[in-house]
Amino acid sequence: MHRLPSVLLLAAILLALVPAPTRAGAAEPVQVTTQRVPVRAEPDGTPVDLDVAVYKAGNGQQPAVLLGHGFGGSRTDVDTQARDLAEHGYLVLTWTARGFGDSGGRIHLDAPDYEVADARALVDLLATRDDVALDAPDDPHVGVVGGSYGGALALMLAGTDPRIDTVAALITWNDLDQALFPQAAVDIAEAGPLKQQWISRFFSASVQQGLDRDPPAPAPCGRFDPTVCRELLAAAQTGRPSANLRTMLRSHSPTSVLAGLQVPTLLVQGMRDTLFGLDQADKTARALLDHGTEVAVRWTDGGHDGPASDPDADTDAVRDWLDRHLRGDLGAASVPAFSWALPVPFGGTGPAQWRQANSYPGLHSGAGSLSLHSDGPGTMLAPPGGQPASITSGISGTTGQISSYPLAALPGQSIAFTSDPVGAAATVVGAPQVRLLVTSTADEVTLFVTLWQVNDTSASQPRALVAPVRVAVTPGRATPVAVELPAATWQLDKASTWRVLVTSTDSAFANSTVARADQIQLADPVLTFPTVEGTAVTKGDSIDTETIGLLVALIAVLLAVAVLVATALRRRAGRPVRTDLAEVPLQVENLTKSYPDGHRAVDGVSWQAARGQVVGLLGPNGAGKTTTLRMVLGLIRPDDGHVWVRGRPVVPGAPVLQQVGALVEGPGFLPHLSGRANLRAWWAATGRPESESAMDEALAVAALGDAVDRPVKSYSQGMRQRLGIAQAMLGQPDVLILDEPTNGLDPPQIAAMRPILRAYAETGRTVVVSSHLLAEVEQTCTHVVVMDGGRVITTGAVADLLDGEAITVISLATPVTDAALTALRTVDGITDVTAEEDTRIAVTAEMSRPDVVAAAVTAGMAVSEVTGRRHLEDLFLAMIAESGVHDADPSGPADAGGQTLADRLRKVRPR
Amino acid sequence: MTRTLAWRHELRRQWGRTRTWWLGALVLAIPLVFVAAFAIGRNQVRGQATSFIDLATLGSANFTVFTLLMTGDLLLGIIAAMFLGDTVPSEASAGSLRYLLTVPVPRARLLTSKLVVGVALTAAAIILLTTWSVLVGGVAYGFTAYQGFGGVVLDWPAIVPRLVLAVGYLFVTVLQVGALAFFLGVRTDAPLAAVGGAMLVVIVSAILDNLDALGDLRHALPLHYSRAWLDLFQTQPDIGGVVHGTLWTILYTIALLGAGYWHFLRKDAVS
Repeated sequence: MHRLPSVLLLAAILLALVPAPTRAGAAEPVQVTTQRVPVRAEPDGTPVDLDVAVYKAGNGQQPAVLLGHGFGGSRTDVDTQARDLAEHGYLVLTWTARGFGDSGGRIHLDAPDYEVADARALVDLLATRDDVALDAPDDPHVGVVGGSYGGALALMLAGTDPRIDTVAALITWNDLDQALFPQAAVDIAEAGPLKQQWISRFFSASVQQGLDRDPPAPAPCGRFDPTVCRELLAAAQTGRPSANLRTMLRSHSPTSVLAGLQVPTLLVQGMRDTLFGLDQADKTARALLDHGTEVAVRWTDGGHDGPASDPDADTDAVRDWLDRHLRGDLGAASVPAFSWALPVPFGGTGPAQWRQANSYPGLHSGAGSLSLHSDGPGTMLAPPGGQPASITSGISGTTGQISSYPLAALPGQSIAFTSDPVGAAATVVGAPQVRLLVTSTADEVTLFVTLWQVNDTSASQPRALVAPVRVAVTPGRATPVAVELPAATWQLDKASTWRVLVTSTDSAFANSTVARADQIQLADPVLTFPTVEGTAVTKGDSIDTETIGLLVALIAVLLAVAVLVATALRRRAGRPVRTDLAEVPLQVENLTKSYPDGHRAVDGVSWQAARGQVVGLLGPNGAGKTTTLRMVLGLIRPDDGHVWVRGRPVVPGAPVLQQVGALVEGPGFLPHLSGRANLRAWWAATGRPESESAMDEALAVAALGDAVDRPVKSYSQGMRQRLGIAQAMLGQPDVLILDEPTNGLDPPQIAAMRPILRAYAETGRTVVVSSHLLAEVEQTCTHVVVMDGGRVITTGAVADLLDGEAITVISLATPVTDAALTALRTVDGITDVTAEEDTRIAVTAEMSRPDVVAAAVTAGMAVSEVTGRRHLEDLFLAMIAESGVHDADPSGPADAGGQTLADRLRKVRPR
Repeated sequence: MTRTLAWRHELRRQWGRTRTWWLGALVLAIPLVFVAAFAIGRNQVRGQATSFIDLATLGSANFTVFTLLMTGDLLLGIIAAMFLGDTVPSEASAGSLRYLLTVPVPRARLLTSKLVVGVALTAAAIILLTTWSVLVGGVAYGFTAYQGFGGVVLDWPAIVPRLVLAVGYLFVTVLQVGALAFFLGVRTDAPLAAVGGAMLVVIVSAILDNLDALGDLRHALPLHYSRAWLDLFQTQPDIGGVVHGTLWTILYTIALLGAGYWHFLRKDAVS
């Protein structure tokens, strides 16, 4: 019974821990088949085949999705996304690009003749399958999705193959030349400094993979195509690209084929991305919009440098895009034409908030401005050899929490321009711009510009992005340079301060090794920034799966609670009333209680207490007296049987218990309150008015004097006991139940208690006293109930049990002799003589008592005391011994002499 | 039947107890201890503010946020556990529980009265802590506007509703600790088991919260969202964490209280 709440609790928690309602579908398992697809051979004639896998769930014709992977990976990287799309009803084809993983060939960096041609071969493969939906013979209904390396491939494939129906390209480039040699100075065509760190990462990735192959591909090129490799290594050495390299990179980029891309395109670009920034997606978007292609641009806060604050949101957006534009499901959530993630506030825990707009405005829409001023002398040094280099990006951590400002603003190598406190809060959406005036000692200046937020003594970077500038200048002449900072979203809070930091070196780039000194000033003391008005994204993502799961669990728990309440109320409703017992103050009927270990504490106990009676409940320890009393008070629930007070059933909390006062297993008081305060608090708990409490009478019973106003914790045992009796008498209840009331009282107090209880019963009330002091019970009680071993041995009036006309107990002055005993036994009319002790005999006779005495004297006994009354103690001990030995029903069948056990016990001989 | 164990009478039973006074004294002492600590350590060089501790002495609002942050997890949890978990078992061990039951106070009514008073005392303690922190912080550091990280500045008309919401959320969050203590107290009739058991769960939950291997399962840990109210102190308050934390707390509180009631209604009162 008690295990039930724990089970319910566990069930509720388990329900809550199963968070997500599983995604719709997944009814069919996803089947994956792998195959090898031969594609165009390498320039040196080596045959190449690709490691391809097809994901499919369900039957019938489905639209197809080509899912590419990023640089240095393989098709297993996109396995999760492929499964998800397959469960969603697409046939997904993933492959490992040539030069990676298990595919053959070498890396050509998305060359139109190689990687793009491979992808076209895969589209041909899809056209031959009969489980792919077709737009026309040989024209499968297919979309291309890819990130980074796979993203550029997706754009280039869609631009060259008219069979593609939609594209989703994530964090990818528009022009690899501009991406690898970025130039942030506006209207300068020169290539900027090389992204050294990224190039090194690509090379080490491919070299490692090359060494893992069999036979191993030699370093440093690894599995790169030799031509590509040579050009890149040369550029890395000098820091400048050759014209050949620039042309090659441009031809390996979507920019060269965007004119042919006519299908709806989703561009997702990251703000935590120093490799391909938002400007790359911007160029692609504007090129597509120029010739009327439908484009959606999404600026997420993840990227090559780290994950998004809510990565599932991006995957969901891609899936929604495919649902809408590939499957043509107009009920699918529409991806807005332009959506962007706001920065997560510093120390914030949740995912970023999003905004959306109906059209893509580019990187420079809106006109906000922030005044800047110079922080100090505007001179800085570009160190010889390019070392030490500022660290501005790379380790961005989470929302710029680990500030690297001291590592970025190296003294003497950086110049800072700080803004005034922001007047009105604004959100930067796009690329801010600042105009500088640069004077240098060399003829070429390489600068790196970053945006910081100032706090207290240092600064932090909400977006770890850097804008590199490389311009040719005339030594000594001031040249105006307009710098476009990296595009992202920033939150300009009111009263916040911002800083534009210009450094001469950056550890992520190939720095100039020529030492020079630059003087940088602000051409305009203002930072201009774009803003876009957007509406909050209400995709219904405010109710995420965790909230749904919690609401479901809450409903379940509330239902369980409702069921509990209903059962409790129903239990309370149906209880019978015994009108035949309306005049009986207390009726105990067939009570039974077993403890969990199986011991039967109370076994079929029945007795009654009538008005005006003082009932003594007697029994050895362990007889079940206290358990019975607790059941009478509703503290314990009996296994069987009932208790009625005035004909009303007693259950825990039954209102009829108002008529019952109790002292059970010792008094219980709040130790910090005084005696009087305790009684008043107890009475206050009844809810009845103080006038009904009979407080004065009760305090008179307690007889504590001044101590009644001292805290109970200072009381002795006897004082507490008396106070407990007083509390039981508060309100003058009809039934007073006292368990060992004289425990701890001294003889005068015990003697004082006697008339109180008698008087209480004489007013027509009932008192039930459970006690071990048999002498007290003999004097106080009018009736007794004797229990042993959980059963009632006997009940009856005290007088009847102890007073018997038939018995005379004679105490002698001298010990009795056997001769005297025998002589007495022979007297006519005397039925039985027993020597209880040397000096006491009990005589059972049919004669009157004086005659018995006369007979004893005649027999030669020295009579000193005569009584007709036996002691309860003797009776009691005999009863217990008898019942234990016989272990029989005390009111059982009469024996041959027509006497029941009770009759025989009336003539009990002492031990 | 007239109403037994009315709430004001139960309050009088709990009011004079030593533990009530000690907890109240503790609540009043804590902000003073913080001010003293900052005064002692004042001559240390302050670097960049990377945590709320550095921002604590900038003004009354900052100090209050700092105090709530420091006490929010453990101390307020202890207060809730003591007020809610100790109330039934301490009466059981003093022996007065059975006499309340024989008044007769129906079992559900008894639990409800004790629950209501315990919850009220917990709320009073948290509100007292907050207002007292505002006062002490104001006297010590001035009633300036709130300054957060990244240059966030919130003036008093903006900070007061956030504080009210944060206090309400903290109260709701520690309620689940109190509900756990309540359930343990009703089950074991031992005050130490109730309060100690609840604190043990809080501490173990804090330890498990640090294990990244558990991933998203950590959201189910009690007090996982105990700091979600910090998200309110931004220019654009973010209530996502607060919503999640409130739902989890409500779930646990209802489940634990329901289990406690179910057990108490059916058990044999042997204390």
